[in-house]
Amino acid sequence: MTTTTASAGTGERTVPESSPGAARGPRRTGRTRRIGLPYLLLLPALVLELLVHLVPMAIGIVMSFKELTQFYIRDWSTAPWSGFGNYRISVDFNAPVGDALLHSFLVTVGFTLLSVGLCWLIGTVAAIHMQDTFRGRGLLRALFLVPYALPVYAAVITWVFMFQHDNGLVNHVLHDQLHLTDEPSFWLIGNNSFVALLVVSVWKGWPFAFLIVMAALQNIPRELYEAAALDGAGLWQQLRRITLPSLRSVNQVLVLVLFLWTFNDFNTPYVLFGRAAPEAADLISVHIYQASFVTWNFGAGSAMSVLLLLFLLVVTGVYLLGTSRGRKTADA
Amino acid sequence: MRSIRAAATGAVTLSFALAAAACGGGSSTGGGSNDSPKTLTYWASNQGAGLEVDKQVLQPELDKFERQTGIKVNLEVVPWSDLLNRILTATTSGQGPDVLNIGNTWSASLQATGALLPWDARNFGAIGGKDRFVGSALGSTGAQGEDPAAVPLYSMAYALYYNKKMFADAGIARPPATWDELIADGRKISAKGKQALGAEGSNLAENIHHVFVFGKQHGADFFTAEGRPDFTSDGVVAAVKQYVDLMAKDKVIPPGNAEYAQNQSVSDFAKGRTAMLLWQSASANLKSQGMSEDQYGIAPVPVQSGTPGTGTNVDSMVAGINLAVFKNTHNLDGATQFVKFMTSDAEQKILNTAYSSIPPVKSAQSDAAFNTTANAVLKDTLARSAAALPQVADESQFETTVGTAVKELFADAAAGRPVTTESVKAKLLKAQQQMPAK
Repeated sequence: MTTTTASAGTGERTVPESSPGAARGPRRTGRTRRIGLPYLLLLPALVLELLVHLVPMAIGIVMSFKELTQFYIRDWSTAPWSGFGNYRISVDFNAPVGDALLHSFLVTVGFTLLSVGLCWLIGTVAAIHMQDTFRGRGLLRALFLVPYALPVYAAVITWVFMFQHDNGLVNHVLHDQLHLTDEPSFWLIGNNSFVALLVVSVWKGWPFAFLIVMAALQNIPRELYEAAALDGAGLWQQLRRITLPSLRSVNQVLVLVLFLWTFNDFNTPYVLFGRAAPEAADLISVHIYQASFVTWNFGAGSAMSVLLLLFLLVVTGVYLLGTSRGRKTADA
Repeated sequence: MRSIRAAATGAVTLSFALAAAACGGGSSTGGGSNDSPKTLTYWASNQGAGLEVDKQVLQPELDKFERQTGIKVNLEVVPWSDLLNRILTATTSGQGPDVLNIGNTWSASLQATGALLPWDARNFGAIGGKDRFVGSALGSTGAQGEDPAAVPLYSMAYALYYNKKMFADAGIARPPATWDELIADGRKISAKGKQALGAEGSNLAENIHHVFVFGKQHGADFFTAEGRPDFTSDGVVAAVKQYVDLMAKDKVIPPGNAEYAQNQSVSDFAKGRTAMLLWQSASANLKSQGMSEDQYGIAPVPVQSGTPGTGTNVDSMVAGINLAVFKNTHNLDGATQFVKFMTSDAEQKILNTAYSSIPPVKSAQSDAAFNTTANAVLKDTLARSAAALPQVADESQFETTVGTAVKELFADAAAGRPVTTESVKAKLLKAQQQMPAK
């Protein structure tokens, strides 16, 4: 009884100041809980994202500042810091390591531009031709997607057999049957290896472009073509004025995705050429693998990976900015 | 609206780029323990014609070990293309097998990582002492002056395998003993429209094994006494050139072999497409490909002049497999017991017979099974004229850089581009510059 009065008394005294506060107190926790709930639900995703993407990335970046060779891989913490040493070696283009990296980078850029261009071109042409209904269209469409659906290793190792010098199918056709070459060519070593790599990459990549463009074509209203035909536009005009502009936003994503996939493709060159790729086809992903795994210098390999990451970041950013600004002005 | 789009652009950019590059791992320290005394994990290398063959050879022996000790051994046969990567990954993460096979040329490189249990006097004592093993095999177990990183398990040596019928058809009475004779015989075989000598031009390890022996024959080493790379000395350049010239100038190796990397040269020999093959302990492999032992002969690898011996008459590397214990093992005693079991006389006889290799254990070597003509050549080579590859920490990088240089030179030769002293030296210089800076 006394306590109640006492508390009532103090309560009475403090009411003017604390009452709103006291009233706000529970309401605030309620609101925090309401606002906090979505974040709580997001937490597992956030933790996973951190674990799967960001933590390995951060470790990779830390590694690139260490001299992480065979002497230290058992216990990374003992590896000495090398500052920007690994980066200096990687970008010193007058020294053999930097020179080889630059060469590999240029080969990769050339290869990627050609491969993406051809994939897009073949995919788009095929998709446009598959638009009109005809007998066997479904079968052809399915057939076109086979290279994309095959497991990479099985598909590429088949190409390795076909490209063999002595009893490969490619030389059999080009040399033995068509007599296009004076003597059987080497496809897996020497300079032809670039062509071999490009062929396999385009063969593997164009069905994806075909699939995406085909889906996008379904969304172009038929009426546009009918109206254009009434206005006397030919097939070429229709293609240039209706089809390609309508595909614009899809193409923007398609080309970017193809670019990143091709630039980073490791499986194709590795299965084709093994761990020591010929100079003409020395793609950067295998090159970095060789710099880290085969020569056991994980610091240098990480530094090259970080440089590659920065390059792709810049290219992607510039590309997205450029293309979306272009679209805005076009929309206006 | 504008800022949302910019943010979205940034987020998309970042997530694409993040997805594009990622790598990671963990670190670990600490030695072995005896936390799980009832099981062992064993990584075996691929010694038979296929992974299944290895399982069939090893599993009965592992069962025998389990009956004797109660320790169950989980076997995994790892293909050569993966083995070194797997060991490196295990070293980095600390999560690996308890016992594993390693190529004996990797001993010093892996020793430098500190991942393998050093075989000091006490550990050797537990498996019967260091003296049980042949000296040449012990020379390939790690850097000199340090405790071995592994113990020898199988020993192998290179030999010249020749097709008896093709030799008879070409009118050749006995196998060549010098390179000049080999080239002359090769021409006779080529004149009959057959291929003379098989090689594995895109296989880096094979290239290394051969140019190392040619180097010895030219009195040259790839590393200085201090362990520094020395790839451009006149002797080394001449050695590499002589090997590549077998295709480029002497035309005894067919150009198509420049792209071989999956033991196609062994299949070619087994199918009677080529008359000669330089290979290590090939009998079991040839047998599995359907070539019976009476169809081919085995002779020592040719030398420059005279007969195989030491110094410039070395004609093989000390090839072989070592057995190592992973330092992070959870069953140290069991692992030691297992090594003792695998190097026991009885097991050595069974396993080396199955793989047509030579036991590195002295008491097992004297067994009658290893005194056949085929094995006598290999045993003599190991005892008298084989040398160990450089036991330096950078050995595995050397295999990659110089092996790649030889591969590129073979590609030049195959394409008809000239292979000159200058072009050989340039490739070797590039290889040397790619070696880790000290």
